[in-house]
Amino acid sequence: MAGEKLTIALAGNPNSGKTSLFNALTGARQHVGNYPGVTVEKKWGVAKLGGNDVTIVDLPGTYSLTAYSPEELVARDYLVQEKPDVVVHVADAANLERNLYLAVQFLELGVPLVIALNMMDVAEAKGLSIDTDKLGKLLGAPLVPTVARTGKGVPELLAAAAKVAAERKEWKPLELSYGHDVDQALNELTASLNGGGREWEPLSPRWVGLKLLENDSEVKAQVARDPSLAALTGTRRQELSEHIRSTMDDDPEGIIADHRYGFISGLYRQAVTETRGQRLELSDRIDKVLTNRLLGPVFLLAILYGVYEFVFWASETPVGWFETFFGWLGGVAEAAIPEGLLQSLIVSGVIDGVGGVLGFVPLIAFMFFAIAIMEDTGYMARVAYILDRLLRHFGLHGNSVIALIVSGGISGGCAVPGVMATRTLKDPKARLATILTVPLMNCGAKLPVYALLIGAFFAAQQANMLFALTLISWGLALIAARILRWTLLKGETAPFVMELPPYRMPTLKGLLIHTWERTWQYAKKAGTVILGVSVVMWALMTFPGLPEERVASWESRIEAAQTQEAKDELAHLMAQDEVRHSVAGRMGHALTYVTAPLGFDWRTNVALVGGFAAKEVVVATMGTAYSLGEVDPEESESLGDRLAKDPAWNPLMAFALMIFVMVYAPCFVTVVMIRREAGGWGWALFAMGYTTILAYVLALLVYQGGRVLGLG
Amino acid sequence: MATKETLRMLGPGEEAVIDKVTASGELGRRIREMGLVPGTTIKIMGRAPLKDPVEIKLKGYNLTLRNNEADHIMVRSGEE
Repeated sequence: MAGEKLTIALAGNPNSGKTSLFNALTGARQHVGNYPGVTVEKKWGVAKLGGNDVTIVDLPGTYSLTAYSPEELVARDYLVQEKPDVVVHVADAANLERNLYLAVQFLELGVPLVIALNMMDVAEAKGLSIDTDKLGKLLGAPLVPTVARTGKGVPELLAAAAKVAAERKEWKPLELSYGHDVDQALNELTASLNGGGREWEPLSPRWVGLKLLENDSEVKAQVARDPSLAALTGTRRQELSEHIRSTMDDDPEGIIADHRYGFISGLYRQAVTETRGQRLELSDRIDKVLTNRLLGPVFLLAILYGVYEFVFWASETPVGWFETFFGWLGGVAEAAIPEGLLQSLIVSGVIDGVGGVLGFVPLIAFMFFAIAIMEDTGYMARVAYILDRLLRHFGLHGNSVIALIVSGGISGGCAVPGVMATRTLKDPKARLATILTVPLMNCGAKLPVYALLIGAFFAAQQANMLFALTLISWGLALIAARILRWTLLKGETAPFVMELPPYRMPTLKGLLIHTWERTWQYAKKAGTVILGVSVVMWALMTFPGLPEERVASWESRIEAAQTQEAKDELAHLMAQDEVRHSVAGRMGHALTYVTAPLGFDWRTNVALVGGFAAKEVVVATMGTAYSLGEVDPEESESLGDRLAKDPAWNPLMAFALMIFVMVYAPCFVTVVMIRREAGGWGWALFAMGYTTILAYVLALLVYQGGRVLGLG
Repeated sequence: MATKETLRMLGPGEEAVIDKVTASGELGRRIREMGLVPGTTIKIMGRAPLKDPVEIKLKGYNLTLRNNEADHIMVRSGEE
């Protein structure tokens, strides 16, 4: 391979240890991105082979190479369009029959293939003895036994891949027999596709015909581009399918799949011996307890509770460090930059705004770490299994619960990773319903608002109040999902045919890589978006400044004041006047026409407008607007006292405000994330609109209803 | 050969052999891809706390599917 860079594509089933192998091959030299237009993750990295760099492309985990799910389509398109030098199929040796189904599809496609027979240690422990040479000869592709977790067999695998890449440039499809009827139809299709000097490179006409029989929409569309072949994608194909259906009483797709498995079980019987009878494996014994009908839900609650305890306990100190760091940075900037607009922009706009979000990074990182543990051990699949039935009542999916919890199902999560977590959902409508309802959960940013208001107005029953708010948010999210599934997202739920992988001990390296990838994505997105929004919010609350004569009048009054205390008080009043005069202040005033029925005053309105940037801003903005100078969300007693004493406030209004904050428009970063994951601004705007309207209606009901009952 | 029944009717611990998959389209494809093809021996490992979905073992691995999906899988009793 003189001068030419080798590209190896890594493919395989989910849970086959593909990620471990990718990590073992590339170590820290890996990159993550998104395939354009789809939410499937794209990973690539660099491995070393005899001093040369080899590019490793990690294809999404798939069970098949049809064109039904985005993962399958991405994997196939990559192979056909990019033509990597060699494909390494990572197969779970302990679950070989099912894993070979994908291998057979690679062989049918004709790509240069090497099979990594991964997790050989597990297979041996299970009592399986695999004759790799024989199996390799039968398949016509070299097999390399590996244990990716320990790195065993990895150098041999690379060498075998390089050898295949050097020897085989062209694609050589394997031609299986799918039974008399299908073969006959396939021959006819192949003959028609072959004529007229048409080019299908690198695909073989037989493969294209096979996909036509399998009713593959992508291939049908591709063939339909040639008008002379219209009959093949239309009537002729249907006639052939009908004929097969009438003689075999089954779909061509079904018969083809059955024959693939038939081919596999033939190979399997020749090359694999089971030295021990089937016995209850350790994993099954664990499941007898963890998914037990009575104990399962108890363990589930205990584990989720444990995760939250762990995340908050572990992140407390580093979050403190981040806060201290940003406080220090603000101080440095304040000292270094002369007082004025620039200082205000850097300190209040940039450092406070971005720092407020980046301060959450340790918490997010530990949350992702806990999720990675649940995923890598195999427990996450059990969570979906246990809860699928319950969530299906609301039009959601077992996996939706993970997104709901991450977003704040137990107070303190964040909707940004929550929306990202919906990627594990394969049912597009259930996924969209989940994306649109996770912002209703009580994320960590809403907690300071609750803490402030509960402390001020419901001091006697703090825990009960927070628990009630948690129940309300779950109830609202589930009801909203149900309504969405009855209206905008009508339709059947996609099949729930899911593998329950055996429990496994995760590797620290794998956990750290998982955590790092996602945390970095969060920090990058949140950092850039929040930076922009912070500056905008800062500008809204700063401009236009007070007219010169008003500034002069305030300054002369401050000058004239006798004590430092009086000077400070006047400075606060001036700051308040500035906010009132600013664009945001005027917006707050204008909004009182709308929010008066809810009992909110203009200052609360400003805070709620600010809360759209990030909900933490609600407390901070109220602090500013109530002229109390800097209010740290952690030390909000002073503002709380002030509100408790304010005659305009009462517990009913505080409760209405808490409901409003819980429900109204998701923060800007979440909106951006919804746009990305739901695939369009339409859904992002819808999420903002429906939540705000719902928030208004609920707060109105609470406030006016409470007044009728004489509570306010 | 025992009477025809579907996978849904089997109880925990029972074993059977798949006779036919009656689902077509995406569901049929998905079921077969996971190895639920005629002639495969399956064992019911258990059901979720709300009795749905069902967990089965086949080809040495564990799979779950919903009861209404299990309806599409015809089985005959394990002893041939």
